[in-house]
Amino acid sequence: MSLPLNTFTQLENFGHSLKASSYRIQIKRAEDIFEAFQLAKQLGLKVTARGTGISYNDVSLNGGGIVLDMTGMNQIQEWDPASGLVRCESGVTLEQLWKRVEPDGWWPSVVSGTMKTTLGGCLATNIHGKNNFQVGPIGEHVVEFTAMTPTGALVTCTPKKNVDLFYAMISGLGMLGVFISITLKMKRIYSGLISVDAWHVPNLSRQLSGLLEHAPDHDYIVGWLDTMKAGKNLGRGQIHAARNLKEGEDPDAQKTLQLVYQHLPDRLFGVMPKSLLHYFMSPFVNNLGWWGVNTAKYISALRDHTFRQSHAEYHFLLDYVPNWERSAGRGGLIQYQSFLPKETAEDAWREMLQLSHQRGLPSYLGVTKRHRPDNFLLTHSVDGFSLAMDFKVTDRNRAKLYQMLQDFDQIVINRGGRFYFAKNSETSAETTRQFLGDAVLTKFYKLKRRCDPNNLLESDLYRRVFL
Amino acid sequence: MRDFVLHARYNPYRLDMLKWKYHYLEDNVSDLIKPASATPLNPRRRGIIIGASDGLGAEIARKLAGEGYSLALLARTKDKLDALCNEINIKDQLACAYVHDVAEYDKVPDLLRKIVADLGGLDLVVFVAGVNYPPGGIDKFNFENDRKMIEVNLIGAMAWLHPISEMFQSAKAGQIVGIASVAGDRGRVGNPGYNTSKAGLATYLEALRNRLTRQGVNVLTVKPGFLKTEMLKAAQGATPFAIEPEKAAADILKAMKKRRQVIYTASIWRWVMLVIQHMPSFIFRRLSF
Repeated sequence: MSLPLNTFTQLENFGHSLKASSYRIQIKRAEDIFEAFQLAKQLGLKVTARGTGISYNDVSLNGGGIVLDMTGMNQIQEWDPASGLVRCESGVTLEQLWKRVEPDGWWPSVVSGTMKTTLGGCLATNIHGKNNFQVGPIGEHVVEFTAMTPTGALVTCTPKKNVDLFYAMISGLGMLGVFISITLKMKRIYSGLISVDAWHVPNLSRQLSGLLEHAPDHDYIVGWLDTMKAGKNLGRGQIHAARNLKEGEDPDAQKTLQLVYQHLPDRLFGVMPKSLLHYFMSPFVNNLGWWGVNTAKYISALRDHTFRQSHAEYHFLLDYVPNWERSAGRGGLIQYQSFLPKETAEDAWREMLQLSHQRGLPSYLGVTKRHRPDNFLLTHSVDGFSLAMDFKVTDRNRAKLYQMLQDFDQIVINRGGRFYFAKNSETSAETTRQFLGDAVLTKFYKLKRRCDPNNLLESDLYRRVFL
Repeated sequence: MRDFVLHARYNPYRLDMLKWKYHYLEDNVSDLIKPASATPLNPRRRGIIIGASDGLGAEIARKLAGEGYSLALLARTKDKLDALCNEINIKDQLACAYVHDVAEYDKVPDLLRKIVADLGGLDLVVFVAGVNYPPGGIDKFNFENDRKMIEVNLIGAMAWLHPISEMFQSAKAGQIVGIASVAGDRGRVGNPGYNTSKAGLATYLEALRNRLTRQGVNVLTVKPGFLKTEMLKAAQGATPFAIEPEKAAADILKAMKKRRQVIYTASIWRWVMLVIQHMPSFIFRRLSF
């Protein structure tokens, strides 16, 4: 067994702000994973599984080690439109999944803001959607999964079988084993459309009370927050709350459920390819330009209204403009997402937003969501809210931004908040210990020893926050 | 076993994990003392310097550490390497030492893999290692010494740069810096073996450049004149335009940033060598340098 040097590949995070070269091994079958583990052990290298590689941070990077490219294991093995159960290989993307189940009147119970993610990655980070407050993270919709541990053992887990591994491997960041096949329960839909209520909120307090009060009446809720606005309108923005249409509510359900109806247009105004749009966005991605964009967006949001749009359009906002993250320029972008209990969120975010304005490092995009706790071991969720903030990285702002994010971490920790391992890239081991707690870490290390006695599975994230 | 408490990201939980890792430690598991991982806001490029213990290599190491590189420093003499590592690591854990003789070609693949794993990737390699054994007069010949120079200066470079080129070519990224010499520009009477080794290295680097530029990899050939290092003592006769290795290292870093292809240091050598390269043979063969 050998490791060809021409597998050496430079991999990146989603925001193109972090690069790490690794030996990439294409995985087609479960046996390939076992062989890769054997090879890694023989050569003294570490292994990480990677799907489409669109996490914001280093969760699927493994500089100098072996990265298993799981995108080749992408077969939907079984789909039963009667029960809504689907069994997929772990490299299947959400795009493949929804395109398969939607025409039959089903939709994945939990989806991320992009459809490009693989199910293995979704489970490893236990993704949440805009409906987290109603249905929890994706892990709560997993009926069964099979994973391979580095010892070569195949373990099958369900919420009732191998329970400790079920709740630890989902959210386990791929550090206990590599997902092979996943059975998920889909959610019934009766239309290809979704009804969206959009209204503006003039400040942070109204933003959070809006999320809190309107969440129970809706299936999905998400807020846009104008992160650049200071003063009494700090935290202003717009809330989009949506509900699935009930049976019979859409007279053209047969038509709207067709895939062609779920198409995200690839041209702007029918003319300009959206793939070129990020070049035109770049000149605006600076403090002044983005202040203008946010202000214009808020003014356009002042018209409160209700409308219907396709599921794909509502859920996959990040896919609207291909390569939009490139508009951040050479240094790329990062996201900082904090999860705070509903009692402390307003104070914490007010302090964080003010701090970012004082230091001249405003975030360009803010997104809020409503959450509820879950039972997974490395959970990021709370009974409260999350705020995701995007920051442009430049050679000049790196040191200042790093310091500010460390200060943010303390604000979040002091108010009982948590972090999400698919997003934040600067969280330290100490901060991780503070929010996860000793008991959780001890349990995680214990499971790690059991599943991975030779410590073969390591990612850059694992080395950053767990070692 | 080295003291892991020195690790830049030390935390109490690491202790538990390391104790456990020691328990299961196998011979081929990488050294535990590694530079901290890169993050978007603390990006670290990773470089290997082959021949880093003193002179130009050590100066390049100091300069690159100042730029925030994580470094693997290779040389034959452990004491000098350790001293340099300690000096660099006072501020941050940036450098690791690896004792290696470049003439031990068979050890390169395993060592390279270990270094890349320890560094967490690879962005740069600087090949500085070189020996110079003058034959002791223009009428003297010494095959053994010539062979050693070819083995270290040329084949040693090929042993390292061959696999690294393949990796960089595949990754479509990276930078290779090779220290050739003005001595490689013409075959002169004083030291045919050294001239040949450096001419061979310069040609090899040029060939790599022609292969790799299209893959996004920069190959920089550095042609130093006289440097005030140990090697200068071996030089016979006058040593014009001799500069401190620190100055040469600064020139090299500047050229790396600009992704230049060939530089002379000191820069005046470009013009001196232009004249020498174009000197007709019937004159050149009558000269005594």
